[in-house]
Amino acid sequence: MDSPLRLIAPNPVDRLARTVEALLVVASTPLSAAELAEAAQDEPERVETAVGLLAERYSEPRSGIVLEHVAGGYAFRASRDEAEACARLFERPVERGLSPAALETLAIVAYLGPCSRPEVARIRGVAADSAVASLVERGLIAEAGRESGPGGAVRYRTTPLFERVFGLESLAALPRLDDLAEDADALRERLLEVASARAS
Amino acid sequence: MPPTPVRELELDLDAFEGPFDLLLTLLLKEALEPREVDVSGIVLAFVERLAGTDELDLEACGEFLVLVSALLELKARALFPDEAAELADLEPEQAAEELARRLAEYRRMKEAAAWLAERLASERDRWFRLGPAPLAPRGERRLAPQDPAALAAVLRALGAPPPNVSLAHMALRFPPVSQFLERFRALLARRRLFDFDAEVRELSRIEQAVAFLALLELRKSGEIALSQAAPFAPIRVSSSDDERTRTWTARSA
Repeated sequence: MDSPLRLIAPNPVDRLARTVEALLVVASTPLSAAELAEAAQDEPERVETAVGLLAERYSEPRSGIVLEHVAGGYAFRASRDEAEACARLFERPVERGLSPAALETLAIVAYLGPCSRPEVARIRGVAADSAVASLVERGLIAEAGRESGPGGAVRYRTTPLFERVFGLESLAALPRLDDLAEDADALRERLLEVASARAS
Repeated sequence: MPPTPVRELELDLDAFEGPFDLLLTLLLKEALEPREVDVSGIVLAFVERLAGTDELDLEACGEFLVLVSALLELKARALFPDEAAELADLEPEQAAEELARRLAEYRRMKEAAAWLAERLASERDRWFRLGPAPLAPRGERRLAPQDPAALAAVLRALGAPPPNVSLAHMALRFPPVSQFLERFRALLARRRLFDFDAEVRELSRIEQAVAFLALLELRKSGEIALSQAAPFAPIRVSSSDDERTRTWTARSA
């Protein structure tokens, strides 16, 4: 029977897999193939092969630890089967009590970022100050420069933590906006319908 | 003389000349663009007037703060584009188009937020270690090959005690205060009144400072009386007996 903790035979890629495994254990945020390759002093392609080997070993439901590709890198997480035990040990402060306003603001920053508070306020129609402050405090968004021109507003973008919390490999993994809601034409037609119904 | 109310503060700005309350009236009637009004000029005029009065009129200061902050708010609003006015300028079809576009944008973001909420719920059983950003492996700093003898020479140079720095140029020579005490007493014996600034004009800065100390000494001991028409105006020095006589004459008259 295969055990996840079985010693890996001294084949060169297996040796590299052990190094990668060690690096991922000590890292507290996802590591990209390039970062792993630099630390392991090896080729990124070989690192990818080693990661593949590890992903097979650390997979659900085989192991309590699962290797995942998230936020542009590789990281270990707990198996979903063990979520209840984890929840008894820790709480999840990052996503606890995220308000609908904060989620809307987060969506705007994720899709349109880097963008400023005035831009968020223009789309939502209400001030976004407290929502932005709460997201910055949770580490889901961070400052990313200022708008051009004197006195330009601070712009924000999502952080790797956002991708990690939402289990996204990258921002490209977000669904296309056009797939999410009806387009402007359909909406305009509905508006006109309502307007003509009122007029009659 | 009672201080003039803030509303009557006379202004001389590029865009406007006249009393403050007229400026506010013109602004409220939209006869004048707030963006053209130089608020710092108004603040300067008020501060200059404050400096000219002896007593601090807190009520006037408070009134001024309220008026100027209202003016700043007007100006700030005028500097930002008014979205409602932008929409009002559009033709009805264009306005509907713009409204629909904005609504669609918001709707998409609302849907995106709903998707994120769902995603968050489905990922609730994913647990991982959280921590600060990883320290990227840093490249080793490589030094150019070094010659031990050169290194030793540099260290030896660093070990040598530094030369004593001469402070001779910093010595200041202070003439004795008594010298000026005598000089001023002699002056007052000859003349009833003299101008301090004119007397010390030819002296160095240090000597002027010492002369001023002597003046203060004489004033403290009651030998002289000092008068000055305004801050930074020439200081006039007279013997205190003379001053007393004049006061007495003025009172008795």
